[in-house]
Amino acid sequence: MNATRPAPNTFANQNACAILIVGAGPAGLSAALAAAPSGRSIVVLDDNPAPGGQVWRHGAGAAPPGPLQQLQEALARYPHVRMRCGTRVVAAHSSHALLLESADSAWVQGFEQLILCTGARELLLPFPGWTLHGVTGAGGLQALIKSGLPVRGQRIVIAGSGPLLLAAAASAAQAGAQVLRVAEQSSWGQVAAFGAGLLRWPGKLMQAATLLPPAYRCDSYVLAAQGEASLQSVQLRQGAHTVQLDCERLAAGFGLVPSVELGRLLGCATRRSAQGGLALQVDAEQTTSVPHIFAAGECTGAGGAELSMAEGHIAGLAAIGQAATAAHMHARRRWQDFASRVDTHFALRPELSSLAQADTLLCRCEDVAYGSVAACKNWNDAKLHQRCGMGACQGRICGAAAQILFGWDAPSPRPPLSPARVSTLSLAGDDNGALQ
Amino acid sequence: MNIAQTVVHFQLNGQAAQVAAGTSIAAALYLCGDGVARHSVSGQARAPVCGMGVCQECRVLVNGYSQLACQTLCAPGMVVETGAAA
Repeated sequence: MNATRPAPNTFANQNACAILIVGAGPAGLSAALAAAPSGRSIVVLDDNPAPGGQVWRHGAGAAPPGPLQQLQEALARYPHVRMRCGTRVVAAHSSHALLLESADSAWVQGFEQLILCTGARELLLPFPGWTLHGVTGAGGLQALIKSGLPVRGQRIVIAGSGPLLLAAAASAAQAGAQVLRVAEQSSWGQVAAFGAGLLRWPGKLMQAATLLPPAYRCDSYVLAAQGEASLQSVQLRQGAHTVQLDCERLAAGFGLVPSVELGRLLGCATRRSAQGGLALQVDAEQTTSVPHIFAAGECTGAGGAELSMAEGHIAGLAAIGQAATAAHMHARRRWQDFASRVDTHFALRPELSSLAQADTLLCRCEDVAYGSVAACKNWNDAKLHQRCGMGACQGRICGAAAQILFGWDAPSPRPPLSPARVSTLSLAGDDNGALQ
Repeated sequence: MNIAQTVVHFQLNGQAAQVAAGTSIAAALYLCGDGVARHSVSGQARAPVCGMGVCQECRVLVNGYSQLACQTLCAPGMVVETGAAA
């Protein structure tokens, strides 16, 4: 190992907090602000370099959005609320402590109560050429642009499903890209019905109307990405036709998958989400099946920033023993209705499960082909005999795809939850959920 | 302060490089190179995909340690190497 700087510090944190919040997106920051007036010590973690989560991501290519700035300014009034960005959860150390790692240190963070705001990630589905250089997720492209990725003058095709495609297209166009096509797999009828239903959420209707680009097509989905070393063209199904578009980038995302790994590792019960995967199960106060652990935001089911903020607020209050106001309960219900409309109208068509060819890679970490996984009986069989899901992402990408393609549930998460330094792992205990 | 006006000097694969402050290493791979972060077990060139710290395709060596390019900002004096992360 190249020793260009001293070995990372490893130490046990002497300053255990009262409330630990994992995730500094809309849910996590709202939870922190709701719980802050109690005066209890609060630590908010995020593995990104800055707070905001995916929806409020900012960087060299995007300024921090207004709602994020307001939350941060409000939180700055409470010195007992500490923000730790660039910090990821490696494992559970005990029922009341997590093993954490940042770029230059690792420590065990104790807590009395935990609020999981771990968010959601994009559903990526395999199709021929999806591993080519130039192909990203749709939200993935948006995130990369916000962090400074240059796309000016590039021809970009955006494909997949859901309102996120519009947001990705807007970011790309704003950064100077030429958005050739936004291919929505759902039908015109479904998208029109979704649009008509937005009258109940006027803000969303305005947003959709503003973002809708002329290049938007329904009944359209990606068939293949083509190119030698990097992407050169994309083949799309458009109704009954096949079209080919030359482009430098393809951004393909098929919806969102709740990130439940940490919750499952801690023993929190899950429920089946609308798209078929797992979401953390919570009660009216956002409490999980483990009494001292709450969950809010998209790890309990994808539903957007407004729902996440309402849930985060309710969870933050519940953690300090206060009941939420009727207004917040109402906001949560209202945005849950919105989320279920998204689920209904952007349900994935069955053709998307048969885009991959036998030689298309399914597991990008271990380069395992779709054909060899399709021949397996279940997820365990695929892992043991094909090494599918055994790589660095630990099945987060191929596991979510396998849920859609084969109906296999994601494997139980094991520590470490993400690749970690050996010096970090040496801090792990042997308690509940920790490394053996 | 307008952070976009501040320039960060770092090293990419042995070459001096510079980007605007607030730029992720993932973006810098494209701004200062060909975008490739690593080669897969069968030798395919891979670049950032999910952009949010999940897919692990963008892992690079930062000052000798494996880190995700999409979740790490370029910092002054940083030494970044691609293609070598395990």
